[in-house]
Amino acid sequence: MKSTALETSRLRHLTGFGMVSGADAFVFEPRTEADLIRVFQVARESGRKVALRGNGRSYGDANIAEEAIVLDIRRMNRILDWNPETGVLHAEAGVTIEQLWRTSLGDGWWPPVVSGTMFPTLAGALAMNIHGKNAFHSGTIGEHVLEIRAVLPNGTSLTLTPADDAFYELISSAGLLAAITEVKIQMRAVASGDLRVLPLSIANWDEQFATFESLADEADYLVSWIDAFASGRSAGRGLIHAAWYQEESGARPHSLREDHQDLPDTLIFGLPKSMMSNFLRPFNRRGGMRLINAAKFRASRLLGNGRPHPDGLVGFSFLLDYVPNWRNAYQPGGFIQYQSFVPKEHARRVFAEQFRLAQEAKLEPFLAVMKRHRPDRFLFSHAVDGYSLALDFKHTTKRHEDLWRLCHRMNDLVLAAGGRFYFAKDSTLRPSDVAQYLGEETIARFRARKAEWDSEGMLTSGLAQRVGLI
Amino acid sequence: MKSRKVIVVGASSGMGRELVRQLAARGDRVAAVARREDKLAELAAEHPQQILPFPHDVTQPASVPELFAEICRQLGGLDVIIYAAGVMPEVGATEYSFEKDRAMIDVNLTGAVAWLNAAADRFQNVGHGTIVGIGSVAGERGRQGQPMYNTTKAALKTYLEALRNRLSKRGIRVTTIKPGPTATEMTAHLKQTGMMGAEEAAERILRVMDSGKEKFLKPSHAVIFAIIRNIPSGVFRRLKL
Repeated sequence: MKSTALETSRLRHLTGFGMVSGADAFVFEPRTEADLIRVFQVARESGRKVALRGNGRSYGDANIAEEAIVLDIRRMNRILDWNPETGVLHAEAGVTIEQLWRTSLGDGWWPPVVSGTMFPTLAGALAMNIHGKNAFHSGTIGEHVLEIRAVLPNGTSLTLTPADDAFYELISSAGLLAAITEVKIQMRAVASGDLRVLPLSIANWDEQFATFESLADEADYLVSWIDAFASGRSAGRGLIHAAWYQEESGARPHSLREDHQDLPDTLIFGLPKSMMSNFLRPFNRRGGMRLINAAKFRASRLLGNGRPHPDGLVGFSFLLDYVPNWRNAYQPGGFIQYQSFVPKEHARRVFAEQFRLAQEAKLEPFLAVMKRHRPDRFLFSHAVDGYSLALDFKHTTKRHEDLWRLCHRMNDLVLAAGGRFYFAKDSTLRPSDVAQYLGEETIARFRARKAEWDSEGMLTSGLAQRVGLI
Repeated sequence: MKSRKVIVVGASSGMGRELVRQLAARGDRVAAVARREDKLAELAAEHPQQILPFPHDVTQPASVPELFAEICRQLGGLDVIIYAAGVMPEVGATEYSFEKDRAMIDVNLTGAVAWLNAAADRFQNVGHGTIVGIGSVAGERGRQGQPMYNTTKAALKTYLEALRNRLSKRGIRVTTIKPGPTATEMTAHLKQTGMMGAEEAAERILRVMDSGKEKFLKPSHAVIFAIIRNIPSGVFRRLKL
């Protein structure tokens, strides 16, 4: 198809959050649904595909596509209605998780599911169907949505509820079926803005899984940091944080106020937070990270182990958001996050083997985080009755091929164990990996819906092209 | 090395054609732009997966913006543009042909500005990219033999220097190549011996094209032309160079 030239002033180089994948694209930022429909028309006239993008928090190439029109939803960011009696919030899809909690927490409501950052938009969060540290009992964010409005590439608007099969296809479809424009979500009632947080220093893999299983029935949040450099009898050592909602007296406890939640301007050693990425950069190599991981584990043994303490919902949920540009510590090569989801019967073996392979390749992840999950019914579900392990790998041009080879070996382990992956985090999946974990039936269902809703094949992404979904 | 997306303008012969071949051979995706469709088709057939042929006459600059956008779309982006189109018709010692001179301005300069402006505009928005112009040592001085060829190459050198000064702060590299005498269709009438082959010139260009500087392809040329540049006009006039 011959293209009509678009204004070059719209051209931008966009990257995924990990700064490894990038693409040049024409950015359009609609403010209304009518604007958004016009963007699809411009794409049609200019012979270009459209990639949907929220706040760019997906780590890889799910929100970018070379030479495409990128439909950036962030300016559609109005809270349309908030009912503090019922906890139902109606918002445009460019609203961020941060806007959600700032709107609702003062009235005693908290988002039912939040990611490790408060910056994703609702559109992005639902396209990927994010989970949080409470995934083992609250599932994914899509499970708390009451109604969703979307625009198809042909300009048709539709409204879906959990009663519609298509609801479960659109949510989780990685922005490849329609543009989500509005969301009604049920927030969770909280009596306090603080959680009771219990840190537990963990000696090895056996203790990790035993502790998770023992706490899964009673805790509201569970997450574990693991030292990926430890081996032998110490392999799997780390620090679990379990947390519980608290009761607090009074109609509007002080802990629900924003000024109680926002973290102070200094973080550790009196250093301004804005300097933290510069401070971290010299340590952001194998030797430095081995030391930091070991020191963090030692500290977990000595400081507060087994002693509960109060922590604000925001600080507990989004700690890294308060370190400006922390990802710049990974410059110039960026980083990838590799997250796999493995059924509980196989998780210990698969994760231990992933660590062993990474150590053998001298490509240990600098950060490793484990969470517990439960299955859901969404189309491109990443969830399993089991565990996920998220691994942050530094990326360099020199070791690019080695890192991809390692990830592919880890993929094979996950697939053999019946595991799954998460498009928001992915940079390395191959078409055969995706075909295997999603299965023929799911892919056929996706293609049928794509043919019905996006018959021109307008919606695309680097990820979709890479893994052969379109 | 990661595969790059490259436009080569002036791809049907000489250094341009060799550049396309070598870029494609190393896995880059190359848009080959030239007037002669038969030559382009032959070239594209050598690496059908890598080379996309785009027929275009550089003396028609009005068509460049749309074609440039379409090429970028088909390439899936753009990392490098190389302007290698050039003409140097035989000019007699007492000849003053406006037609020949205008052809040199159109191909060597106006065409370059049309293509490289389009690339500069794109690159300044995305914050990356490499612009390569094939200049000439002939642009160092005004010689008796080729007044307008010298002029177009001097103008191209100045234009590229200005682009470099504008764009380097945005992360864009602008490289001026001064190949020195090279055996191509364009120089066949010179009957000069000892010229570098187009294949060797292309190899050397690929080694330095990301330098973001003015580059002679032979180290000796840097010395020789530093001297030539500094010869006083009165002396230079008598040398009959």
